[in-house]
Amino acid sequence: MASSDALLPISAREESDLNEETHRRRRPVKGLLAVSLGLLFIAFYVVLVATHDGSNRSNDVKIESDETATTTSRARLAGVSEKSNDKLWKLSGERNTVSFAWNNSVLSWQRTAFHFQPEQNWMNDPNGPLFYKGWYHFFYQYNPNAAVWGDIVWGHAVSKDLIHWVHLPIAMVADQWYDANGVWTGSATFLDDGSLVMLYTGSTDKFVQVQNLAYPEDLNDPLLLKWVKYSGNPVLVPPPGILPKDFRDPTTAWKTSTGKWRITIGSKINKTGISLVYDTTDFKTYEKHDTLLHQVPNTGMWECVDFYPVSKTAVNGLDTSVNGPNVKHIVKASMDDTRFDHYAVGTYFDSNGTWIPDDPSIDVGMSASLRYDYGKFYASKTFYDQNKGRRILWSWIGESDSEAADVQKGWSSLQGIPRTVVLDTKTGKNLVQWPVEEIESLRLSSKQFNMEVGPGSVVPVDVDSAAQLDIEAEFEIKKESLDKILGDASVVAEAEEFSCQKSGGASVRGALGPFGFSVLADKSLSEKTPVYFYVAKGKDSKLKTFFCTDTSRSTFANDVVKPIYGSSVPVLKGEKLTMRILVDHSIVEGFAQGGRTCITSRVYPTKAIYGAAKLFVFNNAIDATVTASFKVWQMNSAFIHPYSEEVVRAISSA
Amino acid sequence: MKKVMMVVMMVMVMVSEASMIEQTCKETPDFNLCVSLLDSDPRGSSADTSGLALILIDKIKGLATKTLKEINGLYKKRPELRRALDECSRRYKTILNADVPEATEAISKGVPKFGEDGVIDAGVEAAVCEGEFKGKSPLTSLTKSMQKITNVTRAIVRMLL
Repeated sequence: MASSDALLPISAREESDLNEETHRRRRPVKGLLAVSLGLLFIAFYVVLVATHDGSNRSNDVKIESDETATTTSRARLAGVSEKSNDKLWKLSGERNTVSFAWNNSVLSWQRTAFHFQPEQNWMNDPNGPLFYKGWYHFFYQYNPNAAVWGDIVWGHAVSKDLIHWVHLPIAMVADQWYDANGVWTGSATFLDDGSLVMLYTGSTDKFVQVQNLAYPEDLNDPLLLKWVKYSGNPVLVPPPGILPKDFRDPTTAWKTSTGKWRITIGSKINKTGISLVYDTTDFKTYEKHDTLLHQVPNTGMWECVDFYPVSKTAVNGLDTSVNGPNVKHIVKASMDDTRFDHYAVGTYFDSNGTWIPDDPSIDVGMSASLRYDYGKFYASKTFYDQNKGRRILWSWIGESDSEAADVQKGWSSLQGIPRTVVLDTKTGKNLVQWPVEEIESLRLSSKQFNMEVGPGSVVPVDVDSAAQLDIEAEFEIKKESLDKILGDASVVAEAEEFSCQKSGGASVRGALGPFGFSVLADKSLSEKTPVYFYVAKGKDSKLKTFFCTDTSRSTFANDVVKPIYGSSVPVLKGEKLTMRILVDHSIVEGFAQGGRTCITSRVYPTKAIYGAAKLFVFNNAIDATVTASFKVWQMNSAFIHPYSEEVVRAISSA
Repeated sequence: MKKVMMVVMMVMVMVSEASMIEQTCKETPDFNLCVSLLDSDPRGSSADTSGLALILIDKIKGLATKTLKEINGLYKKRPELRRALDECSRRYKTILNADVPEATEAISKGVPKFGEDGVIDAGVEAAVCEGEFKGKSPLTSLTKSMQKITNVTRAIVRMLL
């Protein structure tokens, strides 16, 4: 508080120094100052009391009921991050809660057989994916010291087929002042002469986010083992108006019509997510555009921005520099606020480096805008695979369990199976993703099933082991059932209100669903992960189809997040309902209608593991019968190779 | 005259300093707790939002250390609770060795989402430990404190996103 001297009348303090004349002159000034000081104190007191009153009121609400309080805070934080320690706290007070202690047997089952992951520790964003001299390269954010984020460096691995990987030594460490606090996300660009450069974000020794240039030490080494950092780094620092911690994840560059290279970098101004644009000829000096590639208010920080062309007519991928009348451009960003990846289809204007969405009501980052994946999926990045003419999408799939479990099992995070990405030529409005075809090389034995599944039935699918599966399925609601439901006025139209998240999950029965598969289920279905369609009747007898994954009963463990994920999926006239599911221990990836809607989930069963994991097909509709025709493959392991010098030598000379 | 102006300045500065903590704490689920934690720390008066978050993460660390001590002490007094205490020990060690360092590094470096993850997880670990005792926990008041502090901290970390 202010010194108590201030409360004394000024004359009392200055008495001894003054002669009468100055006294007389000072009196009016003293008076003024005393009054203004007094007013200041009153103002301060008022402010203090006013704010305190406000907070006291909300405190009173809290005291009434802890539940109300947690609801208030949950509402404030709602829809943002799945983890809610509120729910857990309530659970823990109950006498009959099953408390589960992770043991090594259960934990070691969680490790995947054919998804990319390092031998141990933490991984996050995919970095600089590329194809070079016969090898697919994958780099990634890696913590060499722990199973949580921190001390980030660039991990590295290579593969001939995007599925069978060999781990290589760390590609880049934090050894310069301009990346001392982290070698963060970046992207690769191929130059006209076939060489390549890497742009990446460094967190400097003063915690400023800057962009740095690096390139292979030896272009004759197909394994690109060693990287050199440009001596003139950083090549970009946060520009005026951009905060030093809001400037990261540079994209692959594309050629403009004037022959310059252009990149974009995500950022934010207050709560508006933006994408900055820079042109360069040599990747060392840059001109910043005054305009942005795009911006969307209230979307927060844009991380891992991605920008690329897609063909309107063909199903192959396009090099990042392609432009023309038959091309649309995709802007994608990872939303820091919500941990969702959003994209939009739009038009790019090369003359000024701007882009506008085809449908502004679902602009990048808005809650209704499209997502690559409606489950656990973030920081995704595409690259153009010039080997097979495809655009390929990598994605960071984090854990949904507690960090204690991650520390105990010694690792955290996976990459999704790489997916091809093309524009949906039938709808023109969304992308379609599909696991790369090379994954089919893991398929072992298969079984074909054709069956009618009556309302309210669950049918075990006899496939021996059920932790490593590839399922392709076709469903059809029987015409008689459909006609009956559509004609029955008492069946209320619910398509407008339905959402996977709020539906209560797969156990809630509707007229035309849910139906699908229960994966990673034990014999008694006490643990299960349903992946399913829910067909809802809409107005005017229209149908709307939803694709969901319900992890709420996936495990008895109580320190795991268990959301219900999903979204609507466009089903065009004449199309059957099709679904593909990849099951690989603690990850389940679902694809509806050929990849129009995708859902990745992480699950941690305690009982439905090893030989006890089973597969079921189910139909929980009240009255409708469904025909299911599906094929289930056992999937082999990808035998991802740990790093070893002998292996590296062997493949170098291959 | 100069002294008067200095006093006026001091008062105005103090009014606005107090407001920074108060403004921030208003946006959290527990204003009183938030203010008392931040006011009691000498760094609080001059910290920006990141700084305030880091102070609270320190408080989480302190509380976890205290709780771990309590857990260690309970082994002798309540030997029948050994299995629950083992699990709690693991959980609180996670808070100290994983959550706190992760959150501290993330907030210092400007990637607050990992800080949010660490703070949320601290609350999860505390809740799981509490649940081990099936309603008869000797740590309830410590758990409640951890929940409250992590809720407040998370709200402040979210302001950085």
